[in-house]
Amino acid sequence: MRVTSDPGPWALGTGPPMAESRRWAAGERSALEFDPDRETAVDPLNIARWQFGITTVYHYLFVPITIGLAFLVALLETAWVRTRNPVYLRATKFWGKLLLINFAIGVVTGIVQEFQFGMNWSSYSRFVGDVFGAPLAMEALIAFFMESTFLGLWIFGWDKLSPRLHAACMWMVAIGTTASAYFILAANSFMQHPVGIEINPENGRPRLNDIGAVLFQPLQMITFSHVITACLVTGGVVMVSISSYFMARKRELGVFRPSLRLGLYALLIGSIGVIVTGDLQAKIMTEIQPMKMAAAEAQWVTKDNASFSVFTIGSLDGKHEVFSIRVPGLLSFMGTGSFDGTIEGINDLQAEYQEKFGPGDYVPNVPVTYWNFRLMVGAGGALLLVSIVGLWLTRKGRHPQQRWVWRLATWSVLGAFVGNSAGWIFTEMGRQPWTVFGLYRTADSVSPTVTAGEVLTSLIIFTVLYGILAVIEGKLMFKYAKAGPPTEADALASVERRPSDDSEDADRPLTFAY
Amino acid sequence: MDLNTLWFWLIAVLWTGYFVLEGFDFGVGALLRLVGRDERGKRVLINTIGPVWDGNEVWVITAGGAMFAAFPEWYATLFSGFYLPLLAILVCLIIRGVAFEYRAKGTTDRWRANWDRAILVTSILPAFLWGVAFGNIISGVPLDVDHEFAGTVLDLLNPFALLMGLTTLLLFVTHGAVFLSLKTTLEVRDRARKLAVTLGSATVVSLAAVLIWRQFRGGNTGTAGLAVLSVVGAVAAVMLTRAGRDGWAFTATAVAVLTLVAGWFVGLFPNVLPSTTEVLGTLDIHNAASSPYTLTLMSWVALFFVPFVLGYQAWTYWVFRKRIGTKQIPMPVHTDH
Ligand code: HDD
Ligand code: HEM
Ligand code: HEM
Repeated sequence: MRVTSDPGPWALGTGPPMAESRRWAAGERSALEFDPDRETAVDPLNIARWQFGITTVYHYLFVPITIGLAFLVALLETAWVRTRNPVYLRATKFWGKLLLINFAIGVVTGIVQEFQFGMNWSSYSRFVGDVFGAPLAMEALIAFFMESTFLGLWIFGWDKLSPRLHAACMWMVAIGTTASAYFILAANSFMQHPVGIEINPENGRPRLNDIGAVLFQPLQMITFSHVITACLVTGGVVMVSISSYFMARKRELGVFRPSLRLGLYALLIGSIGVIVTGDLQAKIMTEIQPMKMAAAEAQWVTKDNASFSVFTIGSLDGKHEVFSIRVPGLLSFMGTGSFDGTIEGINDLQAEYQEKFGPGDYVPNVPVTYWNFRLMVGAGGALLLVSIVGLWLTRKGRHPQQRWVWRLATWSVLGAFVGNSAGWIFTEMGRQPWTVFGLYRTADSVSPTVTAGEVLTSLIIFTVLYGILAVIEGKLMFKYAKAGPPTEADALASVERRPSDDSEDADRPLTFAY
Repeated sequence: MDLNTLWFWLIAVLWTGYFVLEGFDFGVGALLRLVGRDERGKRVLINTIGPVWDGNEVWVITAGGAMFAAFPEWYATLFSGFYLPLLAILVCLIIRGVAFEYRAKGTTDRWRANWDRAILVTSILPAFLWGVAFGNIISGVPLDVDHEFAGTVLDLLNPFALLMGLTTLLLFVTHGAVFLSLKTTLEVRDRARKLAVTLGSATVVSLAAVLIWRQFRGGNTGTAGLAVLSVVGAVAAVMLTRAGRDGWAFTATAVAVLTLVAGWFVGLFPNVLPSTTEVLGTLDIHNAASSPYTLTLMSWVALFFVPFVLGYQAWTYWVFRKRIGTKQIPMPVHTDH
């Protein structure tokens, strides 16, 4: 059984409940890593975890593009409304089209996420429903209605709405996507650091008592800033990448030079933001989940003036380090703000947690955490470099002639995908073995009545379906990116307004139709 | 009315809104070939729902979110218990969700024919499966004392639920046909009206049958009244379509859907998921609910935001109120946004 003596700073008031630890109490499992020696392959828990990981990472390939591009397209359309320079209209149409292709997949994969909690994680849903359901419902009601309705208006409304109103629709979409990120991140921040609750003595489950704490806890504010700046990075680098393709071929420079510059500025602002907020994230995580940050550095023993290893060859179990590059004191600085700050080691934390929560393995998968953290930070640095070099090379109308410059810029988009995916894998895997840190374990979260066969069926179906969709989406993105923006005449013709009740004109073709 | 009751009805409203709205766009998808016939005709159909189907679909996401927030036990039992049917629905919604957009983005006939097939299947299957799911919810499923689903997927495929599925399918397709008569012109409209009459008549029979059966399986006066209204709505829709009163006919099918769904919830109250095996297994608006704090909070959120949502969705329908016909479909395929 678990010991519930000292609740610690994260378990509010009453400490973790004793009730729900069926498997755990039976001593059946230790830490939940994908370890073939300890787990059989057909365990519903493992399959459900793989499914959640795959579907969420997949959802999150598209989400940051949507959020980032929605703002950039809204800016471009506002520039068109303000200046009436057709170049901005053509740019709006071009990027808007890519946004739509991307949005469609973001939406359909999101629905899976919403249903999945009940389908695969019903024990989890029962346990935290009182807290976790609220932000999810708010997200649907406040954000999803807004983004999908106004996107419909935007797609089909070019000739039916005034230009200002039409541009306002894209702003509503952008605000909707951001609101959506806010609420889902509040739910996730709660899982990282449960606040605003008391434990219901009847069933040992958390009960919401302060929604303000859930929606505005410091972790949430920083996480949201980090994610939104990462979205700006993503939208920016998508623009940079595709614009570079055209710049290299000297096609449509009128549209793509401004797009490139806009993308580069977004990338610059975004990547500085990501680094600043990421540093704050690391500090707050060192406080609330020291184990995650210790694992991020494969730091096995507690140290003052801990160094940050940029790169390690050898195993990460602290025994066979063959070679590593280290920056003295940097880890202490990242975690605490001082080069001499104390960074707790994994072994000490494990002992501490065993005392607090009972026997068990509280160490997340160290190689996964270690390498994903480095991938993310590396992506951030690389993208910052791209933006600075890019802005410098294209300053005052300059146009670099070397092909490799453009090729590099085109490929830099991969950095955003790597950064985003690695960031989430680090965050979520680093929290293991918990779904709600300090309160509820992943092993207890899974649906008890769903069979391994059922979960395996859905895992296979989703993986195959998502694979096919990825191919289709990729092809369409390439096709429409390569096709370039509409001509000035086409673009202008499509925004010509028609009064909606002129009967003579009833048979005029729609300016936009699927 | 206590908050548990309020949330029961709010969730009922969300499901009703979902079926009234997405009902017709499922119907339009199901009729893609029958009413659309050729490329231009099919595109007319797709464009009648183009601007609105995504907004319609958010109703189900919100219904799911609201169940999670207000009745987590209900959400947990239902979604894990109905695993395979929900999986099928999800797969359909995924494919359908990209189909309209992506169909227009290819240029070959094969590409479009494949997406046509996809739209057809993914519109018909959920329209059927949602009926099956609610047929089971209202008649109850095996639940153990921990409220966990204790049956198998075969329990869900019982005759009553299957007939309910057939009924929702027919009703939604009729609803879609009537919507098309209202939103299109010329030959497309003619085909839609003819089909609306045929399908409408079949719907009346199926609807009457399933609702009478339902009445014998623990219906009450409320469900009886709503059942009558629902059948009357379907009959009226057929007659009004014959008379060429498209607007009223659409109102009539909307009423038929609305009263059918309302009847489910009226019959269910105050339970949310009855157990057919253990009395203690039954989930109701109290033992499935969140804390009063969460319910109060969510009530304020709903009170504040639902009027906005209704407002801007209504405005969308207003902006795209005009009928469209084949002449208005730009050809050759014009995919520029
Ligand atoms: C392009 C994407 C990107 C880039 C370049 C970075 N991040 Fe990041 N990071 C994310 C995208 C991201 C993310 C996907 O948005 C995450 C996942 C969870 C979250 O809150 O944001 C994240 C999480 C995340 C966490 C974990 C927080 C938690 O467990 O809740 C830390 C400590 C950092 N980041 C720190 C950094 C630092 C120091 C960076 C320095 C360059 C950095 N990130 C760049
Ligand atoms: C979109 C970005 C996200 C990504 C890429 C992501 C990724 C992951 C991954 C990889 C896992 C599996 C971890 C493991 O089993 O070892 C996981 C687990 C989980 N995450 Fe996230 N996550 C994201 C956001 C969220 C959010 C916003 C929430 C809450 C609303 C959430 C809730 C969960 C839950 C319930 C689990 C299942 C239990 C578990 O295995 O830990 N995730 N996530
Ligand atoms: C695991 C938790 C998650 C769930 C349950 C979830 C749920 C959903 C749902 C249901 C949709 C479709 C909405 C519609 O129909 O309009 C959606 C789309 C979206 N989600 Fe997620 N989501 C999750 C993770 C995230 C995260 C972490 C973010 C942002 C940080 C995010 C941001 C968005 C955005 C911006 C959209 C709009 C569509 C698009 O991006 O293409 N989601 N999500």
